[in-house]
Amino acid sequence: MSFLTYLINGLSLGSIYAIIALGYTMVYGIAKMLNFAHGDFIMVGCYIIFSVSAALSGNSVVGIIVAIVLCTLLGVTTEFVAYRPLRGAASPLAVLITAIGVSYLLENIALLIYGADIKSFSSVIKWEGFSFADGQLKIQGVTIVTIVVSVVILTVLQLFINKTKQGQAMLAASEDKGAAALMGINVNKTIALTFAIGSALAAVAGALLCSAYPSLSPYTGAMPGIKAFVAAVLGGIGSIPGAMIGGLVLGIVEILSKTYISSQLSDAIVFGILVVVLLVRPTGILGKKVQEKV
Amino acid sequence: MALLEVNNLSISFGGLRAVDNFNIQIEKGELYGLIGPNGAGKTTVFNLLTGVYKPNEGIIRLDGEDITRKSTIEINHAGIARTFQNIRLFKNMPVIDNVKVGLAERYKYSALEGMLHIGKYKKVEKEMDDEAMRLLKVFDLDGERDYLASNLPYGKQRKLEIARAMATGPKLLLLDEPAAGMNPNETKELMDTIALVRREFDMTILLIEHDMKLVSGICEKLTVLNFGRVLCQGETREVLSNPEVITAYLGE
Amino acid sequence: MNKITKNNLITYGIVIAAYIILEALMLTGNLSSHLKGLLVPMTYYAVIAVALNLCVGILGELSIGHCGFMCIGAFSSAFFSKAMENTLPTVPRFIIAFIIGIGVAALFGFLIGIPVLRLKGDYLAIVTLAFGEIIKNVINSFYIGIDSKGMHFTMKSAMDLEMEADGNVIVNGAMGITGTPHNANFTIGIVVLLISLFVVQNLINSRDGRAIMAIRDNYIAAEATGVNVTGYKMMAFTISAAIAGAAGVLFSHNITTLTASSQYFGYNASIMILVYVVLGGIGNIRGSVIAACVLYLLPELLRGLNTYRMLIYSIILIVMMIVNWSPGIIAWREKTFGKSGLLGLFGRKKEVA
Repeated sequence: MSFLTYLINGLSLGSIYAIIALGYTMVYGIAKMLNFAHGDFIMVGCYIIFSVSAALSGNSVVGIIVAIVLCTLLGVTTEFVAYRPLRGAASPLAVLITAIGVSYLLENIALLIYGADIKSFSSVIKWEGFSFADGQLKIQGVTIVTIVVSVVILTVLQLFINKTKQGQAMLAASEDKGAAALMGINVNKTIALTFAIGSALAAVAGALLCSAYPSLSPYTGAMPGIKAFVAAVLGGIGSIPGAMIGGLVLGIVEILSKTYISSQLSDAIVFGILVVVLLVRPTGILGKKVQEKV
Repeated sequence: MALLEVNNLSISFGGLRAVDNFNIQIEKGELYGLIGPNGAGKTTVFNLLTGVYKPNEGIIRLDGEDITRKSTIEINHAGIARTFQNIRLFKNMPVIDNVKVGLAERYKYSALEGMLHIGKYKKVEKEMDDEAMRLLKVFDLDGERDYLASNLPYGKQRKLEIARAMATGPKLLLLDEPAAGMNPNETKELMDTIALVRREFDMTILLIEHDMKLVSGICEKLTVLNFGRVLCQGETREVLSNPEVITAYLGE
Repeated sequence: MNKITKNNLITYGIVIAAYIILEALMLTGNLSSHLKGLLVPMTYYAVIAVALNLCVGILGELSIGHCGFMCIGAFSSAFFSKAMENTLPTVPRFIIAFIIGIGVAALFGFLIGIPVLRLKGDYLAIVTLAFGEIIKNVINSFYIGIDSKGMHFTMKSAMDLEMEADGNVIVNGAMGITGTPHNANFTIGIVVLLISLFVVQNLINSRDGRAIMAIRDNYIAAEATGVNVTGYKMMAFTISAAIAGAAGVLFSHNITTLTASSQYFGYNASIMILVYVVLGGIGNIRGSVIAACVLYLLPELLRGLNTYRMLIYSIILIVMMIVNWSPGIIAWREKTFGKSGLLGLFGRKKEVA
C-alpha cells in the first residue's frame, strides 16, 4: 500500500515537472535556447499568488489569474529585452549566460522584496481528496488536481499546435526560422507567443508546486526548474508528449529513490539519469536527430 | 598510379542516393574540376573524401593508401586538405595563428614544453613563425599577420582558408566553390592564386565551382555530376561541348 | 620582446604589485582582521576564475559545475592532511596535499570530460551542472574513518563505520571534515595564482592552446585541419579541473569545517565564478583575475552594497552580454566607433584591425 502512495506522489510531482518541462521544451524547440530563468518564473508566480491571496484574505483564484497574466508578461518582456537582441549571436553561450543572469536577477529581486526566510504557502486547493482501505491509502486533493491539470494542459497544447494556424507557425519556426520567415510567418511574434505560453504554464506549475510543497523562498523555482529541464531532455527536447513522459518518469524516480535509497542521493540519481540519457540517446525518448551541415 | 582513386562511391540519406557509383582518378599535379547543377552531390563528394560522411559503398585511395573509413583528422594527416563553401576560419584568432594551427602536425613539442615554455618550445615556435610567414607571403597576407581573421576582407578570408589548408602539407587540395560570392575582379585574382599554389607547391587540386569562366580557364579535366551520378568525365574542352552536359545545365 | 610576452608579464606584475601592497599594509598594521580573512578566499576565487576562463573563454564550452572540481580538490586534500596530520611534517604534507588535490580533481575532470565533451553548448553546460550537483551530493553521503585496523568507509552513517575505540571519523557525511590544518596563507595563495596564470597563459600561446582555440572557433574546420578535437578538448577540460582542484586545496586548508554545502560548491557558487569570468571578459585571463578580486572584495568591504550586490551583478551580467554579443549592437558599434572601438574596461580582447 505504501508503495502505491509513493507512486501516486511521484506521479503528482512528475505532473508538475511535466508542466514546467512543457515550457522548456517549447522554448528550446523554437528559440533553440535554454531559458535558464524558466524555473524562476515559477517562483515569481508563487510570490504573486502569495501576495495577492494575502491582500484578498485568502482568495487564491484571483491570485492564480493575476500570476498567470503577470508571468506571461514577464516571459514576453524577458524575451524581448534580454534574449531577442542576442538572437544570431556569434557564440551560442551568449544567450545562455544572459538567461543565467536573468535567473539571478529574478532571485535577487525576490530576495530584496520578500527576504530570504521561507514563507509558508497555503495550498490553493482546499479539497481533502480521497481515502481508501480505511485510510491506509490516501490520495490528496492537490495530487488529483495536479494530475488532471497536467493532462488537460497537454491535450490543449497538442490541439493548439496541430490544429491552429499559430501552432503550425510554431512548428514551422522550430524546423527552420529562415524558411518560416520566407513563408510569411512572423518569427519574432511566434517566439514571443511561445514564451508567453511557457511562462503562463510556469505560473500554473508554481501554484501546484507550492500547494504540494508549501514552502516558498527566492530559490523555490531553481531546482524544480533544472529538474524539469532534465525531464524535457529525457523526453526528447522539442517534443510535447516527450516532456509529459519525461516529467512523469523523473517525478516517480525522484520520489522512489528518496524513499528507498537515500534522500541525500536522490538528486544525484535524477541528474545521473540526465547524463545517461544524453550519452546513450541524446535525442531523448521522443526527440528527433539534427546534424550540423558541413 | 593515380594520386586519388575513387571507385564506386555511394551514399544514401534516408533512401535518397545522394552520390551514386561515383568514380574519379586524379593524377599527381592535375587541376581537376567537379561541376554540376545545384544539389548534384558535389559537396557530398567532398564530405565523403574528407571523412565527414562515411560511404555506404566504394573505396577511396590516396597515393595507394585506403582511406575510405578513416576519420576527418586521419584523412587530413594522410594528405587531403580542404576549404569550405561557407568560409570556416578560426575567426577570433590572428591570421598567423590560423596558419600555425595547420602547421601543428608537422612542428611538434610536448604539451608540458608548451605549458612551461621550456625545451624545444622557443626553437619550434620560431620555425613555425618562419614557415607561416613564408606561406602568408605567397598568399599576399603577410601584411595582415596580426589581424583577427574575422577582420579580413572577404577575398582575403578565402585566401587565408587556402593558406591554412596548405599549411597542413597536403598531397591533394580540395576547394569547395572558392569563387562563391566574389566579383569578376576577385575571381580573376583567385584564379591567379590557384595557379600560383599549383606552381609554387606542385599541388594537385580538385575544385568544385559554378563559375564556368574559372572552370574553363584553369581546369584541365572535369567531372560533371547530375543527380548524384557521373554524367560525363574527361578533358575540359570535350566535357563542356558535350550536349548532355549542356542540357543538364541549361535544361531543354 | 614580443607583444604576447609583454602582455603576460603585465599580468604577473599586477598580481605581484597587489601582493606587495597588501603585505605592506598588513605588516604596518593597516589591514583590519576582517580584511585579512578575505585575502586567501580572494586568491582561490581568482584561481578558479582562471580555471573557468580556460574552459569558457579558451575552450569555448560553458561549465556551470566547476565548483564541483574545487569541491573534489578540497575534500581529497583535506582528507589527506587530516589523516596524516600527526604523521608527516607540515611542509611536505601540504605539498603532497596539493599534488593530491590537483591530481584527483584532474582525474575527475578527465573521467567526467569523457562523457561531457561529447556534448555541445547548452547540453554540455547543463550536464556540467548535473555533475557538479552529483559530486556535492555524493560527498555529502560519504563517511570515512581510520582506526588501528585501517580505513573504514560507508554511505549510511558514522555509526555504521563500526570503528574501534581509537578510531577517528575523518569524513562525517554532511558534516564534512572538521579540523583540517590551517596551512594556507596569502603568500601561498598568490604563488598558486601565479603558477595557474603561468600555465594558462603559456598554454594559450602554444600549439596546444591554438588547437584548443581553433576548436572553439570552428570545430569542423579544426578537424579538417587535422586537429585532434576530442583529445584537445579533454586536455583543456582536465587542466581546467586541475586548477580548480588547486583552488579547492587552498579552500580546505583555510577553513575549520569543510562541508560540501551548496553555498560553496553548488551551481549557484559556480555561477558566481562565471560572473567573474564574464565581467572580466570571456577569454581575457587577466580580466578574470582582476574581476574576481574586485568583485569578491568590494561587497565585503562596502557592507551597504552587500544587499544589492547580486542584484547589481546580475544586471551587469545581462547588460555586458547584450552589449558585447548582440549582433545588432555590434554592427551599430562598428559603424559608430570603427571595428576595434568601445570594448569596455575588460571587454573581449581583440587584435588591431
